[in-house]
Amino acid sequence: MTIDPIVGIVGLNKWYGDFHVLRDIDVDVAKGERIVICGPSGSGKSTFIRCINALEEFQEGRIVVDGIELGPQLRRVDEVRREVGMVFQSFNLFPHLTVLENCTLAPIWVRHVPKKDAEAAAMKYLERVKIPHQANKYPSQLSGGQQQRVAIARALTMSPKVMLFDEPTSALDPEMVKEVLDTMVDLAGEGMTMLVVTHEMGFAREVANRIVFMDAGQIIETNTPANFFANPQHARTKLFLSQILR
Amino acid sequence: MSGPAAQSFVRQALIPERSAPVKVTGLIGFLRARLLNSPTNILLTVASILLLWFTIVPAVKFLLVDAVSPVTLSPDWKLVWNGKDRAVCLAKDAEHTVGACWPFVAAKFSQYIYGFYPEAERWRVNLTFFLAAILLLPLLIPPLPAKTLNAGLFFIAFPVLAFFLLRGGGLNGFGVGWTSDLLSGFVGGIDEIGQKLVRTGEGAAGIGSLLQWLGKLVVLLGTGVSGLIWPLTWLNRAIQTSAQPVWFDFATTAIAVSMALFVLSGGVRTGWRSLIVSLLTFAGIGLVIALMGLDRGGLPVVDTGLWGGFLVTLVVSVTGIVASMPIGIALALGRRSTIPLIRFFSIGFIEIWRGVPLITVLFFATYMLPLFLPGNFKIDGLVRALIGIALFSGAYMAEVIRGGLLAIPRGQSEAASAIGLSWWKTTALIVMPQALRHVIPGLVNSFIGLFKDTSLVSIVALFDLLGQVRASFADPVWAAPTTLFTGFAFAGMIYFVFCFGMSRYSLFVENRLNAHRG
Repeated sequence: MTIDPIVGIVGLNKWYGDFHVLRDIDVDVAKGERIVICGPSGSGKSTFIRCINALEEFQEGRIVVDGIELGPQLRRVDEVRREVGMVFQSFNLFPHLTVLENCTLAPIWVRHVPKKDAEAAAMKYLERVKIPHQANKYPSQLSGGQQQRVAIARALTMSPKVMLFDEPTSALDPEMVKEVLDTMVDLAGEGMTMLVVTHEMGFAREVANRIVFMDAGQIIETNTPANFFANPQHARTKLFLSQILR
Repeated sequence: MSGPAAQSFVRQALIPERSAPVKVTGLIGFLRARLLNSPTNILLTVASILLLWFTIVPAVKFLLVDAVSPVTLSPDWKLVWNGKDRAVCLAKDAEHTVGACWPFVAAKFSQYIYGFYPEAERWRVNLTFFLAAILLLPLLIPPLPAKTLNAGLFFIAFPVLAFFLLRGGGLNGFGVGWTSDLLSGFVGGIDEIGQKLVRTGEGAAGIGSLLQWLGKLVVLLGTGVSGLIWPLTWLNRAIQTSAQPVWFDFATTAIAVSMALFVLSGGVRTGWRSLIVSLLTFAGIGLVIALMGLDRGGLPVVDTGLWGGFLVTLVVSVTGIVASMPIGIALALGRRSTIPLIRFFSIGFIEIWRGVPLITVLFFATYMLPLFLPGNFKIDGLVRALIGIALFSGAYMAEVIRGGLLAIPRGQSEAASAIGLSWWKTTALIVMPQALRHVIPGLVNSFIGLFKDTSLVSIVALFDLLGQVRASFADPVWAAPTTLFTGFAFAGMIYFVFCFGMSRYSLFVENRLNAHRG
């Protein structure tokens, strides 16, 4: 799997004060690979993917994204963030900007794309997540599922090489989960490299190349979906699966 | 579906929408439902009516019914100004009560607006008011275009223009002259410090030689810097000795700045736009210099000591409001900074200025600041008060704005960082616009407070509107029983009109900006 790693994480350690949240995390992600990270709450899975685009600082270890190295000093944060898109649990759309403005902000101000081109590109991405007709509305006028799809489009406008999803469906009504997951499945089908923290085991089974199970800040088990669900190795994994798959 | 046995229920047809039940409406309904529906409410209604009766009626009687009108209509339909002195406002007999003395206000009106500004030059004040109005109004009406240009004209060009219009005077030099003077002053300062150190060191032994050595080093540094800026001073001297120093300096500055902008914004490839903007700006500045004759001494100087009345109120409040916003934003951000030095400075600054009464600030700025400044360094009295007020209200704004910043969830700046925006862009595009929207009521509250607090400048010998009104009471020609009340009522109305206007406009802006919450 590690022929062409686009994200390489070696010996990642992080402490909140004295609390050791991430312990010796080593993960290589190949180009086009879809990794689902799951685990009980408080296991450090969100903290882990937030380290990849330096929303969290870490004390030890090395993260390399597309050849750009991010050490504990976080020197090349801006370069890394341009390559990595992120979708949050609580959407975090900018409420004072329209959907279209949300999607053109970064291209215009970070990549210095002319406004017209940025808008055309943004419309293309909004079509891809199937909400081009909402472009001139404000986020608060959309449903949760639509907002999350806008958030995905917003991340895509920077043409990232890697997409991080931090529990993208946890804040959604059950009826809206599917539209977001469908968008993510489409994205996976187009060959996007994805790291997804989620409890949607159906999605994991369908889309993931690998499932990483975390607990207490460490990786307990990494496996293919088929093996993970049918034949979990570690006792903690078995317990977890028995809790969520009833 | 009858009886307790009916456990399951399946709706066959959805219930259609119905209109709300008819309420008791109209005046009678309002009276019954709101004013007289309980003994407590009846009591409150009666008390309110009595309160209104005892306040509104006498006020209307004083201001309008019993008042002496400033004008009368003569039989041939012409308006005639009433009264040259107090005689019109005196009671003719015991039964006759006299209300507000409006002829007094009419007679003092120009003094209330201009203070002691020379009558022959008052057109300059009017022109400034007019320019302010035609620049401000389009800025306040959202659908009108070219907001950036408009804002630039109002916030940058207008203050400079207003300075030369209101105060008068001309230019001796331009960019080159100013830079060269500033740098020469700086070098002079270094030299002076060095020589002082040498002199101090001469007397004492031991540490004295060290001081002497240090002093010599500083002098050497000064000489070095003056060598570095020599081309500039030489250019300045050449310009000053030429036939048209201001215009030569202006042209040199225009070329230098435009070329620098051209190169900085990408040269031949992408720099043309900024080159054109820069050249147009300089053309505008040149036009103003030529029109106002700033190169030939400009308009006659009217010392700020002569300014007064509403002019001073407006100058102080507008400057205070406009200057306190950036100060407040900077301090609010500084207080949340992760850099300890900036944070402690901001906290200290805010707490000190908030903890001191405005009167103390004004006294300090006016009477004590000149004692601390070097002898040749004079700041105009009005400017000193302006700086004091701007810093004072800036500290208040900072806390209002910080309140808005606290209301922005962390996810907003995280999302902005995640799409690659830098801290400055995140703050300018995401955090600050939202924070300011949250605190519009608080900001306008501070603006209104500031507008009225400007009346405190009258204690440091600046005669604002209220100061002029109070000064006018001393005029024996108009000494009548009601002039005092009339004057204050007039001042109160002016303040109210402006404050109420600000309040209404802020509501409009709030509703407009909060469209996204709908």
